[in-house]
Amino acid sequence: MKILAITEQREGKWNKASFETLAAAQQIAKDTNSTLTAAVIGDGIAALADELAGKDVAEVLLIEHELLGAYTPDGFSLALAQAISQGGFDLVLLPHTYQVRDFAPKLAASLGKGMIGDCIAYRNEGGKLIFVRQMFQGKTVADVSFAGAAPWFATFQAGAFRADLAAAHPSGKAPVKKISVELKPEQIRTKPMELFREAKQAVDLTQAPIIVAVGRGIKAPENIALAEKLAKAIGGEIAASRPICDEGWLPMERQIGSSGQTVAPKLYLALGISGAIQHVVGMKGSRTIVAINKDQNAPIFEVADYGIVGDIFELIPALTEELEKSKAG
Amino acid sequence: MNIIVCIKQVPAKDAPLVISADGTWIREADIGYEMNEPDSFALEEALRLKEKHGGEVVVLSMGPARVTQTIKEALAKGADRAIHVTDDKFYALDPLGSARSLAAAIKDQKFDLILTGLQSDDHGFGQTGVLLAEILGLPHATIIMQIDAVEGHLKLKRELEAGWFQWVELPMPAVLSIQSGINKVRYATLKGIMAAKKKEIAAVSRESLGVSSELTQKLEKIYVPQKTKKTEFITGTAKESAAKLIEKLKHDARVI
Repeated sequence: MKILAITEQREGKWNKASFETLAAAQQIAKDTNSTLTAAVIGDGIAALADELAGKDVAEVLLIEHELLGAYTPDGFSLALAQAISQGGFDLVLLPHTYQVRDFAPKLAASLGKGMIGDCIAYRNEGGKLIFVRQMFQGKTVADVSFAGAAPWFATFQAGAFRADLAAAHPSGKAPVKKISVELKPEQIRTKPMELFREAKQAVDLTQAPIIVAVGRGIKAPENIALAEKLAKAIGGEIAASRPICDEGWLPMERQIGSSGQTVAPKLYLALGISGAIQHVVGMKGSRTIVAINKDQNAPIFEVADYGIVGDIFELIPALTEELEKSKAG
Repeated sequence: MNIIVCIKQVPAKDAPLVISADGTWIREADIGYEMNEPDSFALEEALRLKEKHGGEVVVLSMGPARVTQTIKEALAKGADRAIHVTDDKFYALDPLGSARSLAAAIKDQKFDLILTGLQSDDHGFGQTGVLLAEILGLPHATIIMQIDAVEGHLKLKRELEAGWFQWVELPMPAVLSIQSGINKVRYATLKGIMAAKKKEIAAVSRESLGVSSELTQKLEKIYVPQKTKKTEFITGTAKESAAKLIEKLKHDARVI
């Protein structure tokens, strides 16, 4: 089998998830006795291709074009479809980033193929590859296999594989092959503009040793104060899952999850957070996770070290009181 | 501006899920269903665009007969009419099959925009909008936080990762996947509920669309995930649990 791992960069900087997918692709290649090629796409990115060639891959494809400097779904799909067809790849693997979600289903469909998205693991069952993905917001998982002819497309969820396990090239460097693609300006219908940030980040949650995070279970904005009191007592920063920030109950900069910040504090308290995938990917690396939720089947308990099934409106004040008591004593 | 908005009906958030005997889906009987929450933001955005620019909002939904409940909710909120692609085994389709069916169902409709939610809370593929665009030969953009429509083209605010955003421009017609939280979703009014009773729901069977059901991916089985971590559950009254937890965080985990 010929495997292609497509990496992601923006303005010359790697998206770290690229190397998680590369690590996954190396494992699959080893498991299935396949050849692994890695690709980098953009404009003026030869240095990145060179860096990628230091990893354990048979070859690196450098897909460059002046129309690929700024990301567009049209440009990336058209260019990658050409590279995949030219290379005759069977399995195409990508990180499940926002950018990949924006173009990869289109890329696969343009070749008449499907994509298994957001996978968290894979298994090789006697030559048949099984991809594991979550369903029902993480309450269940599913084993999914490809049907029909190659090429097959799959994406891996952030954190599903460890980037630091991406092996270096055993004997120096893999060859870099420059791929020329045909692209015309009129084929690109999106006009991309500058990237920007909404507001200065006043708080850097990634540096906080303790995080007290609230979810939908907090019910009303006036209840946030309860959690803030607990955060103060335990010496942590307050944070939240997406719906709370969408409501404006806490500023967006305090949002944990795929669209907010990814954190790994020594202690993470999840209060009234059900544990949707989008939240869990942002905090599952925490050293110790405490979950308090009234629903004993909430997916948050899957990643928790300590769990309490109960009412956060009783438990938050009880915890705050206990902490203040022990401090006073 | 004529807008088609894709809406899926999914098991209610708090529905207790039981995996079916053959292990490939859940037991559908006896659980509640609701509008897929990400789609409710797409519907709201469609209604606001209509209020600003005129035109009509058409709801497009696929699934068994129970889906009409969710369609009626969308009509009560202000959508003008609906297309229901009926299919009792919609859940067994893959993303490409679903998108091809939806595309076939609207091929004779006149529209400027198709809106979808970001992903469904059941399968969670998050591919429908992008695939619809490819199949219909239209441009698309995803994870949209703001839509400004001017003179036949769109100026869109896209959310990127880690707090970054980007404005992009697209010609119309186009397909947009809406980020959850883009707006505050309205409730249906009593007047809206009464008006919805007279609105058209055009049912078309998926079978009649002549779209192949050949799969590109096969769901082998679904199951409850094995725990990757051993969770220690703490029980007792709130006061007792709090004391026990603090004790453990201090002396076992040593994180406070």
